[in-house]
Amino acid sequence: MRALRSAGRRVGGRLLASLPALFGVVVLTFLLMRVLPGDPAVFFASGPTAGQEEIEALRKELGLDQPIPIQLVRYLGDIAHGNLGRSLTTGQPVMTDLRRRLPASLELTFSALALALSLALPLGILAALRPGSLLDHAVRLVCTMGVCVPTFVSGLLLVYVFYVVLGIAPDPTGRIDIFASSRPEITGFLLVDFALMGDWEGWWAAASQLILPASTMALFVLAPLARMTRASMLAVLGSDFIRTARSLGLAEGRVIVVYALRNALVPVLTITGIVFSTMLGANVLVEKVFSWPGVASYALDALLASDYAPVQGFVLLMASIFVLVNLTVDLLYGLADPRATAA
Amino acid sequence: MSATLRHVGWVLRGNPVTALAAAGATALVLLAAFAPWIMPYDPIASNVPKALQPPSWDHWAGTDQLGRDIFSRLLAAARLDLAIAASAVSLSFVVGAVIGAWCGYTGGAVDRAVGRVVDVLMAFPLFVLAMAMVAALGNRVENIILATAIINLPFYIRFARAEVNIRRDLGWVEAARACGDSHLSVVLRFLLPNVLPAMAVQISLNLGWAILNAAGLSFIGLGVTAPTPEWGIMVAEGARFITTGKWWLVAMPGLALMLTVLCFNLLGDGLRDMLDPRMRT
Repeated sequence: MRALRSAGRRVGGRLLASLPALFGVVVLTFLLMRVLPGDPAVFFASGPTAGQEEIEALRKELGLDQPIPIQLVRYLGDIAHGNLGRSLTTGQPVMTDLRRRLPASLELTFSALALALSLALPLGILAALRPGSLLDHAVRLVCTMGVCVPTFVSGLLLVYVFYVVLGIAPDPTGRIDIFASSRPEITGFLLVDFALMGDWEGWWAAASQLILPASTMALFVLAPLARMTRASMLAVLGSDFIRTARSLGLAEGRVIVVYALRNALVPVLTITGIVFSTMLGANVLVEKVFSWPGVASYALDALLASDYAPVQGFVLLMASIFVLVNLTVDLLYGLADPRATAA
Repeated sequence: MSATLRHVGWVLRGNPVTALAAAGATALVLLAAFAPWIMPYDPIASNVPKALQPPSWDHWAGTDQLGRDIFSRLLAAARLDLAIAASAVSLSFVVGAVIGAWCGYTGGAVDRAVGRVVDVLMAFPLFVLAMAMVAALGNRVENIILATAIINLPFYIRFARAEVNIRRDLGWVEAARACGDSHLSVVLRFLLPNVLPAMAVQISLNLGWAILNAAGLSFIGLGVTAPTPEWGIMVAEGARFITTGKWWLVAMPGLALMLTVLCFNLLGDGLRDMLDPRMRT
């Protein structure tokens, strides 16, 4: 009970502490968007022949005729009411658009993270167990190369190899072939939805659309994860308690997984949090390469059309997710190492 | 001086990978510097009858959709990309070192205010912030440099602040103060030179990141615009032809990006290992 309460207080404290940064993000984004070149009123008036009156009316409707500080106060008030404005390109409220597209982005990011972790942890552990071995060097090589290839290049090259040459990947555009099967709408996460409906054919179709973009992103973040796992495991494996565990005759698997890995997890968690925020940025590039209908491609389209509201909403969303991720990482520290909670 | 050089030579012999990376980075810089004299073709002149040809003896890296020689374009782009990355990183290095050192030395309200701003910058996914900045300021090379410099800035500020902070009360700093040096002089003449070597290692690691960042911005249509040869744009233009099997339009600039970033990263890792062997992973 007490542990639960202290965890609750920690969460609350962390959330409060992140408010100023979030506020700063909102204000900074707002200011950035307001200096964007191009007048959205002119851009979105019915056409190049739109009259001055129509433009003025649109500007008034958008609140663009007010001084900047007043626009900012209004914007903050709107955010407090959960109103992120309206996208001029889609005509929908930004909140609706983001909510509809967020599952696509999150599904991609989480799959990529899961893929990267499921490769990085075993590779890092194996490399730490045999430092200097062929495997260790191979892991290092793959990691070093992985961070050097930009996601937009590796994504396109994966498309070339698996779609063009081998022909085993589906057409690399979008999430799922809309003609293949009807898409369910329960959570918006296609893998979860298809599994819930028991439609395994659909699940496979969704998964095979996902695999290339997810691998692209996973490849990019593999390096920091594997390197940190290796370094952290190497440090732990050299410590006295591991020697004691071994001398007590515990099975090697138990020593490594239960004693060493758990103690090596905290730095890996930290780097996972950092990696996640990199992935939020990399989403923009990967979604563009694969025409993935997520929030990042939505924001990018809006940005190129000087449509402020979606970009502001997107940046705010990314910053909020980032705060939540840091919070989760913080709580996971407590699980990985109970001493962290006491502090 | 010759002793230092001999030491560097000795270290490089023991570290063949770092030596190779240093050689690669030097070669890249030289290629970029002398690009206009090395390029076999005009990187912008189109030659439509020879469009989309795979790599051959005449065109080492093939030709693009307008028949332009990709190898020549790669060389011209190296010039631009390296210049962008180098200016951005040196800008954030200088500004970050001075701000960070001053904050670490004085502490107090200024330090807290700067810390807050840095927190805000770090709360953005950095690529998204760079995107928004280039879009806001306009699609020009200066703005890519500025945006890349700003997203690098927090790391340098934090680094310089932490390094100066732990040294501010050391004996030799107090000695300088006791000798009548002004605070400014203590920071600029004594503290900064002391933290510079450690920060210089960051430069090499950051250069690779800055190149990826600039190329990424151009790839999504922000930053440098066609027909200027730039690695990110070349990949973006080539992307349309990848499904028809014209791999070299993407692979060649991709290879250039990869090799460049690889050289800088390995060089940075090697330098860091020399400076602080404990950080070796």
